[in-house]
Amino acid sequence: MNAIEILDQEFLTIRSRLLDIAASLDRIQRAEGDAESDSRMAHVSEAIEIVGSRLPHRAERVQLLFSREYDEAWKSRYELESRA
Amino acid sequence: MYYIDPHIHMVSRTTDDYATLSRMGCVAMSEPAFWAGYDRGSVDGFRDYFVQLTEVEPARAAEYGIRHFCWLCINAKEAENVQLSRDVLKLIPEFLDCPNVLGIGEIGLNKNTRNEAIVFQEHVELAIEHHQPVLIHTPHLEDKHQGTLMILDMLADHAQLPSERVLVDHVEEHTVKRVLDAGYWAGMTLYPVTKCTPSRAVDIIEMVGAERLCVNSAGDWGPSKPTAVPDLIMEMRRRGHKEKLIRKIVFDNPRAFFQQNKKFDLMDPAER
Repeated sequence: MNAIEILDQEFLTIRSRLLDIAASLDRIQRAEGDAESDSRMAHVSEAIEIVGSRLPHRAERVQLLFSREYDEAWKSRYELESRA
Repeated sequence: MYYIDPHIHMVSRTTDDYATLSRMGCVAMSEPAFWAGYDRGSVDGFRDYFVQLTEVEPARAAEYGIRHFCWLCINAKEAENVQLSRDVLKLIPEFLDCPNVLGIGEIGLNKNTRNEAIVFQEHVELAIEHHQPVLIHTPHLEDKHQGTLMILDMLADHAQLPSERVLVDHVEEHTVKRVLDAGYWAGMTLYPVTKCTPSRAVDIIEMVGAERLCVNSAGDWGPSKPTAVPDLIMEMRRRGHKEKLIRKIVFDNPRAFFQQNKKFDLMDPAER
């Protein structure tokens, strides 16, 4: 399939999922209290920027955005010996 | 199309699910030892569970023409209790000669803690000592990337465990290449909420290829769909992928990985 054929197939799904996200954010905004200072909202905004960008590997970049950092020195932090 | 579900928790499913899976083409499945939804209090709880995995489920599956295999371990969610974990590790060898036991699994990490890492390493050493393949659970959500890299780091310590005898499960877009590049098999778990959808799994197949890649449904006691592998087959057909490629993902690959244990003697149903 070429790009237009895939867009033909995916367009209504993309539209529906974007509306779901927009409606969820509206629901949070309408509710009592303020969630804007919650760090998860900043992650959501950043993820939406990644989705809207034209750079490839958007799914992988969103996954990494929502991931804890990997510390290469984790074994020494945990005081674990190498089992080799 | 005939298929194998390489990771499905049938102790959580009804007999009707066996019937449905059989009708949809499932000819074999493997069931890794899993968390029960609560922490078991004693090693005897695990002994009973291992009897269920090695005697009860194979008999239920056989009623519907499905071969049932399993993997044994104490799951990462219970590994915080290191003493209980060590008691379970001592119990496992009693069951390794059962005809449907394929290896040690699903070991792994959950919250990437020190105790989980200790118990993971001791499971790997048990697998090496008994020449068993290993099936590995990687954590979910924000813990997955970190936990997967920690697991790969620990596996790299064990040259005695050949990479081709290890399947690292629940890979997603940000972990699949690290697992495959390190020479391991990779599994994608199709799940309605926290894991990978059939569409994203097909995207991943299109991006990284089909070598050493499998798909499974998990089919556990949480929100999950035991018929997720047929959903992937349908999605691949919808996108115009060749039947040969689909078969490689859902039958040939898991069969090739499992056949490293001689107990996995599944004939190709097409050659009967």
